[in-house]
Amino acid sequence: MALRLPSKVLEHILSFIDSNEDRNSVSLVCKSWFETERKTRKRVFVGNCYAVSPAAVARRFPEMRSLTLKGKPHFADYNLVPDGWGGYACPWVDALAAKSPSLEEIRLKRMVVTDECLEKIAASFKDFKVLVLTSCEGFSTDGIAAIASTCRNLRVLELRECIVEDLGGDWLSYFPKTSTSLVSLDFSCLDSEVKISDLERLVSRSPNLKSLKLNPAVTLDGLVSILSRAPQLTELGTGSFAAELKPEAFSKLSKAFSNCKQLQSLSGLWDVLPEYLPALYSVCPGLISLNLSYATVRMPDLVELLRRCSKLQKLWVMDLIEDKGLEAVATYCKELRELRVFPSEPDLDATNIPVTEQGLVYVSKGCRKLESVLYFCVQFTNAALITIARKRPNLKCFRLCVIEPFAPDYKTNEPLDKGFKAIAEGCKDLRRLSVSGLLSDKAFKYIGKHAKKVRMLSIAFAGDSDLMLHHLLSGCESLKKLEIRDCPFGDTALLENAAKLETMRSLWMSSCFVSFGACKLLSQKMPRLNVEVIDEHPPKTRPESSPVERIYIYRTVAGPRMDTPEFVWTLHKNPEIGVSRLAIK
Amino acid sequence: MITELEMGKGESELELGLGLSLGGGTPAKIGGGGAWGERGRLLTAKDFPSVGSKRAADSASHAGASPPRSSSQVVGWPPIGSHRMNSLVNNQATKSAREEEDAGKKKVNDDQPKDATKKVNGKVQVGFIKVNMDGVAIGRKVDLNAHSSYENLAQTLEDMFFRTNPGTIGLTGQFTKPLRLLDGSSEFVLTYEDKEGDWMLVGDVPWRMFTTSVKRLRVMKTSEANGLAARHQDPNERQRNQPM
Repeated sequence: MALRLPSKVLEHILSFIDSNEDRNSVSLVCKSWFETERKTRKRVFVGNCYAVSPAAVARRFPEMRSLTLKGKPHFADYNLVPDGWGGYACPWVDALAAKSPSLEEIRLKRMVVTDECLEKIAASFKDFKVLVLTSCEGFSTDGIAAIASTCRNLRVLELRECIVEDLGGDWLSYFPKTSTSLVSLDFSCLDSEVKISDLERLVSRSPNLKSLKLNPAVTLDGLVSILSRAPQLTELGTGSFAAELKPEAFSKLSKAFSNCKQLQSLSGLWDVLPEYLPALYSVCPGLISLNLSYATVRMPDLVELLRRCSKLQKLWVMDLIEDKGLEAVATYCKELRELRVFPSEPDLDATNIPVTEQGLVYVSKGCRKLESVLYFCVQFTNAALITIARKRPNLKCFRLCVIEPFAPDYKTNEPLDKGFKAIAEGCKDLRRLSVSGLLSDKAFKYIGKHAKKVRMLSIAFAGDSDLMLHHLLSGCESLKKLEIRDCPFGDTALLENAAKLETMRSLWMSSCFVSFGACKLLSQKMPRLNVEVIDEHPPKTRPESSPVERIYIYRTVAGPRMDTPEFVWTLHKNPEIGVSRLAIK
Repeated sequence: MITELEMGKGESELELGLGLSLGGGTPAKIGGGGAWGERGRLLTAKDFPSVGSKRAADSASHAGASPPRSSSQVVGWPPIGSHRMNSLVNNQATKSAREEEDAGKKKVNDDQPKDATKKVNGKVQVGFIKVNMDGVAIGRKVDLNAHSSYENLAQTLEDMFFRTNPGTIGLTGQFTKPLRLLDGSSEFVLTYEDKEGDWMLVGDVPWRMFTTSVKRLRVMKTSEANGLAARHQDPNERQRNQPM
């Protein structure tokens, strides 16, 4: 006779399990484990806000204290999702206000948040502590003011890369006049000026403040004043560094930084003049994270700074660092785990090529702990990819963006198949991969065969035929998110691997060859998938064979969504569609 | 199981060609003209919002000589978030303004003939020039130094844009007849922009002279190529001809 674990004991055991994946696994064991797990889960993560209904989530997790929600597909970051597509936070906030009044933390990514929504959050959750909005839009600084003034126990308020209607800097004065419990404040994406006196007073009455990210409107003088009031900061995002260099200003800045003995993370640095960089030297030895991706500083100055950052684990920088600068990084920053190199020119025709594949090879050779790479450059070689894979089999995230579409290995003129084969084969723990450059069938055969742990895959301007999509869908066992643009993939592979789509969070395909008929068929055959055809300029008639502009497919237990705009076609909106004439072999 | 997938030809029963669409595509044309079945997608201005003020400035300077669609005008490419893109565009604007000042001073001193080279980190990247084709948004690059004659070059371009070879992707799909870019008998002609910004038909000057004066190539529709300078003229007599 099997002994059942008393639920109190199980509860105690589960209290040690935090990760959502583990808890999801626990909940699948049996009914009683499901019950115990759901009653004890505090942190809930919903990767696609349309995969499940807010009411269902609130009902399932009565002790929920923290909710993380993601809305639009990732390619929305690059303007590939038309405005008005969806991803509204309101229905979630409404449901949670009613069912989960003890909610303390809300983190939203790529969602539409209104001022009313923010006001509702402020009014409904008495002990609200954390609001993090990443790449969100739809609200103004009024909504922020509501949060600031009403949430007396607010600890974290972070606006990361949001599009905010900026009605001025007054919102800052709405924080409680007595001391605040603020630990982290990030308003770096706001445009307008805040009153420095407001900011100074806020900082002075926030003894727990550890992370502060200012917007570009805050001047160097303002920064100095803030730093003198908050020397305990561990994370700092500066304002704009552009100001004529005056020796007095420089020494004040230098002194302010040297007083920040606990600073571990530095960002902002917009328009930084190289003459100001020495003011940062005192904090370099302690820095773990450095974001120079908005600093248009040349290689020699960057090297002077970076050679002092021996503890650096995360570096974001522009390609102005050049290969030589990356060689220096490889020499001095031995603790590096994450490197991102962004392009300094938006033009694809850039004739000045600051970084080449050699830069990344240097870092791969020199930084043993490197596990996450995002690298923009104009061209690459198979040899470099092979070296990188050989030197860094511990890579977990490899995103290479060869800016020139279809660029072959520029030394041999071959596709980059061999190189990506090496990456897929060699980096056995690879979880995220973005490919680019000239790629044929073979590359995707290798990726399907070897990249068994890849969860997210991004592809653009690649491929010869459907066979490639078939390789990916039938081969990549752990695939959860697949996003494709401008590849000649069509119906066959998609329909053949329809069942796979239920094991994934989502599939995005834009400017490919998927026909309208296939979308209809997929919708009919797979009721647990939402198939959305997104055509900004839908034609008056849609013949079966006409290709769709964009298709977004995701699994869901919430059924069809009711908030689609006109330009999104779903089967639900068009139930009169008959059976397709497509033949599937 | 998929046993035989036709490679590179599309699904004939669905009448899909291998043209690549970029940006949003133009489904409005699908029902009617069979643009989908043609070699290239017909792209409209909607597909090419300008990226970067520099590109806009270049377009303006080519008033009348319709510049080839450059690959920098593809939606959402390179994949940089909008905050970052805005920041880059702003930097670009200030940089262009500064460069124009410097350029004014430079022109006076600069009369050395250059060939199609670019400097890369101090090393010279010899011979690669851009090639664009009407109707295809994404340009390619070809290494002039790897070619010895016009025939050579034309063959490479044909392969690049019109055929699917192993290791090369035909951008526009299959053809039944060879292209003959050089003899004027087909739908397309090969043209080039020279150092002075004039667009000329390829093939009339000796190869070596061509490689030293060519800035970039364009595979143009024959119908649009009327009025191009067809013969090599004494530079003093050369008129500025603009393609229509």
